[in-house]
Amino acid sequence: MTNPYIQTTPVQLKEMLEKVGVDSIDALFAEQVPAEFEFEGPFNLPPAMSESQLMNWTSRLAARNTSTQQAVSFLGGGIYDHFIPSAVGALANRSEFVTAYTPYQPEASQGTLQAFFEFQTMATRLFAMDVSNASLYDGASALGEALFMALQVRPERRLVLLPSTLHPDYAALAHTYMKHFEIELVTIPAGEDGRLDLEALAARAGEAAAVVLQTPNYLGIIEQAHEISRITHEADALLVAVCDPISLGLLAPPGEYDADIAVAEGQGLGLRQWLGGESLGLFLCRKDFVRRMPGRLVGLAKDREGRRGFVLTLQTREQHIRRDRATSNICTNHAHNALRATIFMALMGPEGLRQMARACVRNTQKLRNAIDSHKPEAIAFEGPVFKEFVVRTAGPASAVRDALLEEGFLAGIPLQRLGPQFENMLLVCATDQRTDEEITAFAKALRPHL
Amino acid sequence: MAAPVDVKFLKSHEWARKDRDDVVFGVSEFAIEQLNHEIVYLELPSVGQQVKAGETFGVIEAVKAASDLYAPLSGKIIAVNDVAVNDPMVVAQDPFAEGWLVKIAPSAAGEWDALLSSEEYTKLIESGEAH
Amino acid sequence: MNKNIQISPLFDDDNPRVQPRVDTATIFEKSVPGRRGFSLAAESPDTDEAVKTAIPSQALRANAPALPEVSEFSVVRHFTHLSMRTLGVDTVFYPLGSCTMKYNPKINEDVASLPGFVQTHPEQPESTIQGILQAYHDLAHALGELTGLPGVSLQPAAGAHGEFTALLVLKAYFEQRGESHRNKVIIPDTAHGTNPASAIRCGLEPVEMKSDSRGRVSLEALKEKLGPDTACVMITNPNTLGLFEDRIGEVAKIIHGAGALLYMDGANFNAILGRVRPGDFGADLMHINLHKTFSVPHGGGGPGSGPICVRDFLAPFLPSPHVVHEDGQYSLKTDLPHSIGKVRAFLGNVNNVIRSYAYVTQLGGDGLRQVGDHAVLNANYLLALLAGRYDIPFGRRCMHEFVINASKQKSQGVKATDIAKKLLDYGFHPPTTYFPLIVPEALMIEPTETENREMLDLFAAAMIEIARLAATDATEVTAAPQTTPVSRMDELAAARQPVVAWPD
Repeated sequence: MTNPYIQTTPVQLKEMLEKVGVDSIDALFAEQVPAEFEFEGPFNLPPAMSESQLMNWTSRLAARNTSTQQAVSFLGGGIYDHFIPSAVGALANRSEFVTAYTPYQPEASQGTLQAFFEFQTMATRLFAMDVSNASLYDGASALGEALFMALQVRPERRLVLLPSTLHPDYAALAHTYMKHFEIELVTIPAGEDGRLDLEALAARAGEAAAVVLQTPNYLGIIEQAHEISRITHEADALLVAVCDPISLGLLAPPGEYDADIAVAEGQGLGLRQWLGGESLGLFLCRKDFVRRMPGRLVGLAKDREGRRGFVLTLQTREQHIRRDRATSNICTNHAHNALRATIFMALMGPEGLRQMARACVRNTQKLRNAIDSHKPEAIAFEGPVFKEFVVRTAGPASAVRDALLEEGFLAGIPLQRLGPQFENMLLVCATDQRTDEEITAFAKALRPHL
Repeated sequence: MAAPVDVKFLKSHEWARKDRDDVVFGVSEFAIEQLNHEIVYLELPSVGQQVKAGETFGVIEAVKAASDLYAPLSGKIIAVNDVAVNDPMVVAQDPFAEGWLVKIAPSAAGEWDALLSSEEYTKLIESGEAH
Repeated sequence: MNKNIQISPLFDDDNPRVQPRVDTATIFEKSVPGRRGFSLAAESPDTDEAVKTAIPSQALRANAPALPEVSEFSVVRHFTHLSMRTLGVDTVFYPLGSCTMKYNPKINEDVASLPGFVQTHPEQPESTIQGILQAYHDLAHALGELTGLPGVSLQPAAGAHGEFTALLVLKAYFEQRGESHRNKVIIPDTAHGTNPASAIRCGLEPVEMKSDSRGRVSLEALKEKLGPDTACVMITNPNTLGLFEDRIGEVAKIIHGAGALLYMDGANFNAILGRVRPGDFGADLMHINLHKTFSVPHGGGGPGSGPICVRDFLAPFLPSPHVVHEDGQYSLKTDLPHSIGKVRAFLGNVNNVIRSYAYVTQLGGDGLRQVGDHAVLNANYLLALLAGRYDIPFGRRCMHEFVINASKQKSQGVKATDIAKKLLDYGFHPPTTYFPLIVPEALMIEPTETENREMLDLFAAAMIEIARLAATDATEVTAAPQTTPVSRMDELAAARQPVVAWPD
C-alpha cells in the first residue's frame, strides 16, 4: 500500500468486491467512466515519501525561510506579530474542534455552536456593534461583502468612496468585486498629515452609497472617525469602517462613532502570521441589516426539554437555501480561526487587550521618538499613529529594507506600490512583542539610511 | 383541501380577493404546508409602491425555505397587514383571512379573469403537479 | 458527557446542595470582575505619557469592551467542555455527502506547525521565504497535473470563493475576446447552491437546467438552454447524485461548439482523483476544495481553500500575484496586465496549502490514485449493503457517494431528518439530508476512502435497524436523539426571535 490511510486489506477487498458484484475496482470505474477519459499515467509528480521522509523534507523547506523568530520583525501592513497565549493553540487544536464539520446538526455540534455564539458576542462587544456573523475569509473580502450590503441598502446610489490610504490589497479587491456592477469607485485623497481630506470627502459624500473608513489607515494614522461619520451620515451615505481589532482595546470602536457596517482582519486576535494565510474576516453591522448579512449566524435556542442550546439561524439568507437570491455565495467560512480568536479574547479580557494596545502605542512612540530626535524630516506624516508609521528614507526604501535584512531586521514595508512619491518611504510597525533592546538597535540601524 | 370560493389564484399559490374596488392578496394553505407551517418572516412592499401582475412583490420565509411572492394583479399598494409582519405565524394559522398580506388598488382591467378559479386551483393541487 | 459532582459555588453550611453537573454556562456567565487570564509584562513607566501624547482624546474608547474576565484555567475547562460537546471525524464516522469527511493525517498538522512556515510575514522579502514559496509553487504544479489544467491559483479561500474567482477569470477572458455579451451560466438542478450564488456575484445570470431520468445532464435540455449569450455550463462531475456524467465528452463538445466554456465544480473530485483528469474530458476551468479532496480538516466549518485550475489560455487572467519559478528562484509576479486582480489579501490560506502539500508529497501519484479507487469501492460496498432496504433511485452503482430517497419511510411516519437524528443515537454523524433538491427526503451518503469495512458494516446495520423501526415503531425513531447533550432544537423560535449575542 502506498497510501497509508487506506485500511482495506487484500482479503477485505476481495470480499467487498464480491458483495458489490464486480471483480475489480477497475471494473467499477469502467461501468461509469468512458475509457477515453481514464488517465493511464504516470503523473509528473515526485515519488511518495514515508512520514519520516516527509517530516525531514518539509523541515528543510521550512528552514529555507527566515522566520520572524530569526530576524527581528518591524513588519505590519495588515498582518502583525502580537502575543499569543499558549492556551489558544492547546485548546483550538483539540481534534474534536479541528475535525468537525459545519454545525448543521445542532445536537452533535453544541460545542462549536456555543463557541461561535461566544465569538459573535465578543465581537459585538469589542466593536460596540449590534450584530456579528460567525466569520468570513479575511478583512479584505469582508470589505467586498460590506460593499455589496451597502449597495443593497442604498440601491439608488452607485458610488463608493475609498480613502487613498486604504490597504492596497483591500482597494484592489474592492475593484475586483465591484467590476461587473457599474459601480463607481472614487478615491478620496489624504491631507499632508496622512489623514483623510475631510473637504474632499464632503464634496462627494452626497452621491455615495458608502464611505469606507480605515482607522488606523494603511500609513498607520488614526483617522478622525467621528468627523468622517458625521459627514457621511449628513450626506445619507453608509459608513463602512475597517479597523484593527487590537487597537480597539484602546481606541474608539466603530459603534461609538456610529458606523453602519464594520469589518476587520482578525489575525491579531490570537492567529499566527502564516504568510498572511491564517486570516479571519470579521463582519458586523446594525441590527436592521441582519437579514442582508453574509455568512453563518448562530442563535440561542431551546430543545424539546427546554434546555438551552444553540443553532445556525436565519439560514434563508444563505446559498444552500436561497441559491441565486442568497445574500452572498459564501459557504465554508473561517470557523476555526474564529475559535482561536474567541479563546484569545476570553483569555485577554478587557484589561489584557487594553494593555496590549497600550504596549503597541508605547513601543511605537519609542521608535518614532528615536527617529524623530535624530532626524525629524524622517517622520513622513504628522498625524497620530497607533502601532505603525511611515519613515522617509534617504534612498529607495526597498534598498534600505535589503540592507537592514543583512543586520538581522525585517525592517518594514517599502511603499513604492502606492506610487512613485512613496519610493523613499518605509512603513514600520512596533507591536507589543518588540523589546526595548530591539527597538533601540533598530533605530540605530536605520540612522545611516535616513 | 378546500379553498374559499370567493378568491382566485396564481399557480404559484398566491390568492386575490375583491374588497369593493380594492383587492387583497395572500398565500394559500398549500403554500403554508410547503413551508412546513413555520413562517418566520415576511418582506412586503410599503404603501404607495406599484406592483405588477406576475412579478415578485415580496418574500415569505420559513426556517429553512423561502419563496418569492408573485402579484396576482397589477396596482398600487394601499395597505399592508402589519399584524402579519409583526407575527408571521398569523399567516400560517389563517392564510385566507387574518393572514392576508397586502391590499392594492388595481390598475389594469382584465387581469382578474386570467386568474385560476378556486375550483381550477384545487384541481391543480390535487393533480400533484403543483410545487 | 460530563457528570462530575460539584458542590454549589455559593456554599451554604446548612444546606450543601450537591447535584450532578453538566457545564453549559456561557463564558460570560463565568466572568468575575477583576479576574485575569493573561500574563503580560508590567507596563513601562513611560506608557501613560506615550498614550497621552500619541492618541488624541476623542480617538479613545469611551467604554471598555465587556469581554469576559476569566482565568486561564477556567478558559481551558470551558473550551475543553465545548470540545466534548462536538463531534469530529476523529470522534465518529461522518458520512456527509459531498463534504468528503476523510481522515486528516496528523503529520500534516506537524508540518503546518513548523515555525519556519508559521512565523512568516507576507511582506517579507522573497529571498527570505523561498521554502514556503517552493511548497506553494509545487502544490500548484501538482494540482495542475492531477486535473490536467495547468494554470493554477491558490488564492481563493474556499470552494465558493474559487467558483467566484474562476467565473471572474472567465468573464475577463470573454471581455478580452469582445464577447462580453456572454452573461448566462447554465447550472443543472442537482448543483450546489453556491453555483448560482457565485454566478450572481460576478454579474452573471444563472439558468437552471433539468437533469434527465438517469440523473445526468440531459443533452436535449443542454442544447435548448445553450445560446450565443452562454458564458459557461457549471457541471459537477461526479454529480451530487454520485453519478459520473458518462456522456461528458459529448456534453463538452456541445458546450464548446456553442463557444461557451465548461466549468467543473470540483467538490466531488475525490471520486476520480488520480483516475480521471477533468482537463481530459473537456473541462476548461475548475475549483478544488483542499478541505475535501486534499485532507485539510474542516475546522468546524472552515477555513478551507479553493484553488482554481484552468487551461493555458485562461492562465493570464488568474488573480495577482502569481508565484513563479525562474533561474532557481521563487518570486511573486505582479506585473500581470490581464489579471482579474485580487480576491483576498496576500496569497490565500497558506496554512492549508502547506497541509495539502504535505498530503500530496507523502502519497505521490500512486497513493493519490488509490484515493479515488477506495472512495468508489467503499461507497459501492455500502450501497450494496443498503440496496433493497432503502429506495436508492439512481441505479445500483455509484461513484464516491449515493443518495437514498426516504419517501417510503416518510409514509411510515419517519422523515429523512428523523433517520439522521436516530443515527446520532447509534453513534454516527448523519449523512447530508434534503440535498440534492431533486430527490425527496434525500439522504446523501459519502463514506470516503479512509473508513474501514468494519465501520461500513456497523453503519449499514444501524441504517437497516432504522428502516425496521420505521415500519414497526416509528416513534422510536422520531423521538431521537436521546443520547446527545441536547434533544431537537426549536429552530422556529430561534429564527423568529433571533438572539445572536449573549445579552449584556
